[in-house]
Amino acid sequence: MSAVLAPKPAKAESKLVVCDGNEAAAWAVSLANVDMVAVYPITPQSSLVEYLAKFIADGRLGAEIVDVEGEHSVLSVLQGACLAGARTYTASCGPGLAFMFEPYLRTPGMRLPLVMTIVTRDTLTPQSVWGGHQDAMSVREVGWVQMYCESVQEVLDTTIMAYKIAEHHDVMLPVNICHDGNYLSFGAARCELPDQAEVNAFLGEKDVNWHVALDPQRPMAVDPLTGGAGGPGPSAFVRYRKGQCSGMQNSLKVITDMHEEWGRRFGRSHAPLIESYRMDGADYAIVTIGSMTGAAKDAVDAARARGEKVGLVKVKTYRPFPAEALASALAQVKAFGVVDRSVSFGWNCGPLFQDAITAMQCAPTRIPAMSFIGGLAGADLTVTHFERVIGRTKELARDGRPAATVWLNEKD
Amino acid sequence: MSSTFVDSAADFDVRDYLRMDMMPHFLCPGCGHGIALRALLWAMHELGIAKDQLAVVSGIGCAGRLSAYIDANTFHVTHGRPLAYATGLALARPDLHVVVITGDGDCLAIGGNHLIHACRRNLKLTCLMLNNEIYGMTGGQVSPTTSETMLTSTTPLGNSEPSFDACALAAAAGAGFVGREVTRHVPRLKELIKAGLAHPGFAFVEVLSDCTEIFGRKNDLGSSPEMMLRQKSDIRPSAYRDSVDTPFRANELPTGILAQTNRPEYGAAYRRAAAAQRASAAAQAGSANAKEDS
Repeated sequence: MSAVLAPKPAKAESKLVVCDGNEAAAWAVSLANVDMVAVYPITPQSSLVEYLAKFIADGRLGAEIVDVEGEHSVLSVLQGACLAGARTYTASCGPGLAFMFEPYLRTPGMRLPLVMTIVTRDTLTPQSVWGGHQDAMSVREVGWVQMYCESVQEVLDTTIMAYKIAEHHDVMLPVNICHDGNYLSFGAARCELPDQAEVNAFLGEKDVNWHVALDPQRPMAVDPLTGGAGGPGPSAFVRYRKGQCSGMQNSLKVITDMHEEWGRRFGRSHAPLIESYRMDGADYAIVTIGSMTGAAKDAVDAARARGEKVGLVKVKTYRPFPAEALASALAQVKAFGVVDRSVSFGWNCGPLFQDAITAMQCAPTRIPAMSFIGGLAGADLTVTHFERVIGRTKELARDGRPAATVWLNEKD
Repeated sequence: MSSTFVDSAADFDVRDYLRMDMMPHFLCPGCGHGIALRALLWAMHELGIAKDQLAVVSGIGCAGRLSAYIDANTFHVTHGRPLAYATGLALARPDLHVVVITGDGDCLAIGGNHLIHACRRNLKLTCLMLNNEIYGMTGGQVSPTTSETMLTSTTPLGNSEPSFDACALAAAAGAGFVGREVTRHVPRLKELIKAGLAHPGFAFVEVLSDCTEIFGRKNDLGSSPEMMLRQKSDIRPSAYRDSVDTPFRANELPTGILAQTNRPEYGAAYRRAAAAQRASAAAQAGSANAKEDS
């Protein structure tokens, strides 16, 4: 572990940079005054932690960094640090995320406000190091808040907001910011670095672990065996579980509030839960998530220019699922198509598709929907692919007969 | 290890043992891993191990990619786990020569737990750990064998953690055979691997292999030949634990067979115990039947 280095200058300059998503995440971590970073390299995350190591060595970020022996240790180290009151950060993906599953599973139940980037990568096997959402989607039911970013700027802004969301007293849950491996991790774009003093004002005083702390003045047993004979009874377990669920549901409002405050303070807004794009008077819609949305919006623009009544809904916050917001956005369409970059094995469709049709249970009438799967293992989702999605969804709006899942890159 | 080398270089053609359709390989110029791979295949050739009798299991990283080039039964597994996969394979097929190819990060960091238990169990396996002091494939992050003070992409101020002496660790954990060699001495490396393959227990062989492109450049260690020439002199400390004070003093790195024991091999011991148990159960069943009959 490197020693604590020179303190950060009181006010960093607000400026424009050209950087990729990995560097943007590292800038955000630096601006958020994180205390403790634990890392293990994995493609395509590695450059992110290299930027962090550099920022710490340069004295820009006064954090401790520890290069541990594997992802399982990464999250275990950070849980210890968080219990000691540290603001923490790490990033991982794919098999690394799989290896950290045990402490990952435990983090939300402990109500620890860790923030972790998933630089999304397709999962083994076949062996692959390329992008896809299968890793993050595979842990969607564990209890972490998950937000997917569309652009480099959104990566930076969301990562800072993630701390305020995670540490909010109504939430107290770990947060994943998902940015697409290859496309966002290495794709460079214009990015505005917010002023340090402004970020400090936004985040407020650090208050990481008010509820559970390893503090000699307030000794407590953290996570002893709960429930069972002779103990406090199973109801304590149920109470913890329900509390966790409440935190998740509360975060919908907190995420919305934080995005609203961010826009007010920094003059740059991102849709908090879902973004409706050209949905006015749309007969049918496509639903996207992550960086694919850029190409999808271009395809929608082109279709609108031809007179097609198509719109787009992007899901940013995936867990908790913004069911009401999505149902309301799609309420008027005659059909919708959902594009996933991952697979739900056993349902033969994409996981976002499943979530979307579940959310539409609240709609007064059944709206036909279809699942499209593409962008697996780094495959490019282009405007041409979205033209296919739009064309097929238009047919669906006309005949109301959904076909089986469409695999977009199968014959590219 | 025999002090006289069998010079079979003339009738050994490494291409007989490689998947030539996988060429060109992905290793960087100056990397020591290809030398280690050649030494392994040469050792097999001299021992007369048929390709069909060889199973190679490798993990993730530059070393982990080598199994793909070997024309045998090969399995590319997850990061850190090749010893665990190989344990299952070797127990199920004791007739095969099971070789694990792993790196310093794969074997000592994310897979360190498997190494100490493989040593403790002493199942017949040959573990070839290629130590280049760095996570090369992901771009040069610090590993558990990076010498102190060295620069890596995650230690821009120099590594402050002490490094592992992998051979001392393996010997302490009970490995039946422990050896170390440098890629500069190919015939000696081949002989050491042969001794490891012949050992009836767990054989741990550390190969000091240079990462010239990433580690060498980052630390200004000179050209590939220069790095190789220093393999046994001043680049790596002989006593890892003292390296904080004098990381670059000249020394003689201990190489060759560093530990060898006659501890029982786990697979054979297990099969013997299981056979005895079955025989005893059969005898009891037989005597019970005899009582019923009488």
